[in-house]
Amino acid sequence: MTPTLQIFLIVSAALFSIGLLAALSRRHAIFILIGIELMLAAANLNFIAFWRFAPQPHQPTGVMFAIFSIAISAAEAAVGLAMVIAVYRHYHTTNVDQLNQLKG
Amino acid sequence: MSSAAFVIIAIFTLAAALAAATLRKLMHAALSFAAALVGLAAFFFLLGAEFVGLALVFIYIGAVAVLIVFTILLTRRDVGEDRGFNWAGVIIALAVFCGLTWSILATQSISIVAPHIRALTVKRIGEALMTGYVWPLQCVGVLLTAALIGALILVMEEKR
Repeated sequence: MTPTLQIFLIVSAALFSIGLLAALSRRHAIFILIGIELMLAAANLNFIAFWRFAPQPHQPTGVMFAIFSIAISAAEAAVGLAMVIAVYRHYHTTNVDQLNQLKG
Repeated sequence: MSSAAFVIIAIFTLAAALAAATLRKLMHAALSFAAALVGLAAFFFLLGAEFVGLALVFIYIGAVAVLIVFTILLTRRDVGEDRGFNWAGVIIALAVFCGLTWSILATQSISIVAPHIRALTVKRIGEALMTGYVWPLQCVGVLLTAALIGALILVMEEKR
């Protein structure tokens, strides 16, 4: 039995949910970034799986989407980690619960 | 595409991702994140997208994981561990997973096996990038430049 598209999508959904769990339930800013990266990686897996199981996979459209998505998530990680360092410099913490200066 | 390899890679990837989401020590979580990305690259190899798998290994493990480790080392003066844990997030993540799985299983038209294709070579990817996708490629180049300059400005020492 070879794996079908459904199985790949379920694995990708599990990866997305784990990333959501990390982004929602952790208090540390770096953990939130790791969760966002996991969610983006699950989206990339979806792109590649849909490309591979398409009726005519000779056009490399899904591969192009995945390549551009990887490039954009690298830029996002660089800016996010720079923001973590800048916040740590100002407040000497990276716990997002203590960053409540804007709370009304 | 063999199912034994698929099961092994799926278990490895999901276990590493779960470890990255739940481990208390930040450094252990970052290394588990890198392991999960290795599993994801193996998925890409299994699906026949070798170039994307290699790009994932180079960019994510070579750059993003190392950047995360650097950030942990630069900001660990007060927190080496993550103490708080919000259990509402677990419930939301489980609900999202159940909803997605239900909708995937309810769609019968996607229970298909992969058709045979000729291998997607790097030459074809390069031709596509340089012909039909040349505008997105230039835009991504501008975006990466802007993001790197912005990141440098964010972490620069402020002059008083």
